[in-house]
Amino acid sequence: MVTDGSAVEKPATFSLGGVHPDEVKDVTAGLPIEPLPPPPRVCLFLKQHVGVACQVSVQKPSQKPPTEALLYGRHPGRIYQQLVTRKPRVSTGDLIGSVGDNLGAALHASLGGTVEGVADALHPMTGKATAIVISKDPEAASPAYELQEWRQFTRQELLERIKDAGIVGLGGAGFPAHIKLDVPSGVSLDTLILNGAECEPYLTCDHRIMVEHPHEVIEGAKIILTILGIRACVIGVENNKPDAIAALRRTIDHDTAKDPFRIVVSPLRVKYPQGSADQIIQSVTGRVRPSGKRSSHIGVIVQNVYTSKTIYDAVVRRKPFYERVITVSGKGIARPANLLVPIGTHLSDIVSHLGGTTAGLVKVVAGGPMMGFAVSSLEIPITKTTAGVLFLTREEIDAQDYGPCIRCGFCLQACPMGLEPNNIGIYVEAGRGAETAQFGLVDDCFECGSCAYVCPSKRPLVQFIRLARIRIREAEKKKEKQK
Amino acid sequence: MMQTDLIVSVSPHIKQKATVATIMWTVVACLIPPLILSVFIFGLQTLIITLVSVGACVATEAISNKFLRRPVKINDGSAVITGLLLAYIIPPGVPYWTPVTGAVMAIFVTKTLMGGLGFNIFNPALIGRAFLVATYPVIMTTAWLEPLRGASLFKYLGPGVDAVSAATPLHVLKHYGMKTFIEKFGSLSTVYTDFFVGQRPGCIGETSALLLLIGGAFLIYKHYITWHIPVSVIVSIGFLTWVFGGEHLFSGNPLLAVLSGGVILGAFFMATDYVTSPSQKTGQLLFGAGIGALTVLIRLKGGYPEGICYAILLMNPLTPAFDQWFKPKRFSGGAA
Repeated sequence: MVTDGSAVEKPATFSLGGVHPDEVKDVTAGLPIEPLPPPPRVCLFLKQHVGVACQVSVQKPSQKPPTEALLYGRHPGRIYQQLVTRKPRVSTGDLIGSVGDNLGAALHASLGGTVEGVADALHPMTGKATAIVISKDPEAASPAYELQEWRQFTRQELLERIKDAGIVGLGGAGFPAHIKLDVPSGVSLDTLILNGAECEPYLTCDHRIMVEHPHEVIEGAKIILTILGIRACVIGVENNKPDAIAALRRTIDHDTAKDPFRIVVSPLRVKYPQGSADQIIQSVTGRVRPSGKRSSHIGVIVQNVYTSKTIYDAVVRRKPFYERVITVSGKGIARPANLLVPIGTHLSDIVSHLGGTTAGLVKVVAGGPMMGFAVSSLEIPITKTTAGVLFLTREEIDAQDYGPCIRCGFCLQACPMGLEPNNIGIYVEAGRGAETAQFGLVDDCFECGSCAYVCPSKRPLVQFIRLARIRIREAEKKKEKQK
Repeated sequence: MMQTDLIVSVSPHIKQKATVATIMWTVVACLIPPLILSVFIFGLQTLIITLVSVGACVATEAISNKFLRRPVKINDGSAVITGLLLAYIIPPGVPYWTPVTGAVMAIFVTKTLMGGLGFNIFNPALIGRAFLVATYPVIMTTAWLEPLRGASLFKYLGPGVDAVSAATPLHVLKHYGMKTFIEKFGSLSTVYTDFFVGQRPGCIGETSALLLLIGGAFLIYKHYITWHIPVSVIVSIGFLTWVFGGEHLFSGNPLLAVLSGGVILGAFFMATDYVTSPSQKTGQLLFGAGIGALTVLIRLKGGYPEGICYAILLMNPLTPAFDQWFKPKRFSGGAA
């Protein structure tokens, strides 16, 4: 059921589980988005999306490898497609990598300057990955974009512009937006859900986008609705962002009077993981995605509010997706902020812009504290899907040793998917990880971490779950071999 | 450079503050008021017996883990709870050393040998008591004391005291009937009040329904336990006693049945032990009902007037079965 924005509201929410971590959002929620001055160099991974890695378009500019090029030139078999032939210098927004017709998203220079080469750089999730290194040209001009009326474009042109801009879903998974929105004709959709829940503690980048760019978010929603050929859009926003809800509503009232679209804002109860696709779909529409099916199966498609804004920029201003807002927070950073940074900016450059780290820093997390990735070094670049960087002190994190499962059942109460994290952990510890498929892990667990958050024994349940997945895959492979 | 010192671990990076120790020590705190009251009801020796029991449990935990080369984690408070509960289900007139063998049985055999915290099949304190009843059948069933009712706290203290041997209410009711019961304990309305605050012969920590209910309610308020097991135990004992406990059907006294024989203590603090009780609500309700049914069966047909100790012990090993039968409801309706 789509709630009418004018009705007296009880915040919507999902049915099973969920936890209430400290929000810690007030640190940055009130700070306006601040652009980071162009960093001395950026490092752009060839794969920042679901799909295949980009084909590099950059010619080897010099014999001398850049300092970052730890494994420079280790890809002798790779044929570099020269999209920017004889152009070691690039301007901000130039295409530097493409995937052709494969699943993936294009890559653009996020800094005007010299392409130093292709290198393996430290990656927040995979350890190391191939990236293009660009160093800054202080003289480079910042790009200017003109506004165009998007209503003149056909559906195909709209999709083409989104594809050209290299947009991926900014909710975290990084699925290429033009593929997700190009819904096959057989699928019938009725509702677009814009996800503005931002349920991860600390993070406030989506919040600031909604407060500062409500017009772009709403227009982006209309563009998406036009592509999908539907009219109803619900924007789900957790109730702890009343200013964002108000800003969106004002914009809707002001802008949509003449449009055929029906866009409403649905306040959601503050409960983690409210912003997960399955949970927000249920909160907003009451529908439940059957295990193993896509959300389009039940007539909805979910996009992040920030993706919507980015789509607007791509279509109306023809601006490629080369920079994004991230929240930098935690007690370990001198000055928390919401920063607009070029993609590929190293954490170290962000740290020096914000006045350095504090003495108590023990952990750096790319992403939110519930699902983000702890990194081992500050020489790690921001990717398209990095929503924040947290600098955490000992008092903010939990680093206790874990004990045995005492079967308190807290994780069973917390799991939003109704799984049995306690048993998965026990099975993995007993060396029987391959038998855990019975607990619904493969299709349903999205590793939100609610189970590990509540565990009084501090058991690393998400780690157990990842191990279980590996064991299940191994067992399946073995089975196939035997056949 | 501090970069090399960064902690890298799998998400989530923040966790709820409550630890196993927090939960255990909260339970201990909830169990302290009944102990203080028991000192005023039965005298100071209850405190000594309790301290012996707790000391023996903690020592057994420490020594046995050391012996088995496992980490010694007596700070988590679980051995303290076992010690308290074991003392609470012992008559107040027993010799001070009585709990020691029970403690060894509870901690070493029932818990440590089974694999330690989280792996025991039976509730350790109850095994300890069952063992004591088997080894010292006389003192464990006769060392009851009349409440002091204002007499000196030192009355029963010291070596010269003979077992005073008051009779527990359920014993009187079982063997002599309601008439003798009323002669001995007064009219039913006085009995209810006395029993509710704890002024009656009974085990050290089981007598005050009021304080135990407050403690149990606090645990529910803190979400450390849910209402399902305690309520289903109490309701089923009350109901079944009402149906079968009288001279003819539907004439039993449910209130008396619930207020005596350690039902409140067992329902809130023993049947709810995480390790030995089911984790799903349906399973918990049936588990509690099973305890209630067995308790009433033992009381009415068996040799023991109390029964809940054995009822819980009989239901404990069914926990894995309950957890197998009643799985959590899946979000996306996958095959459970």
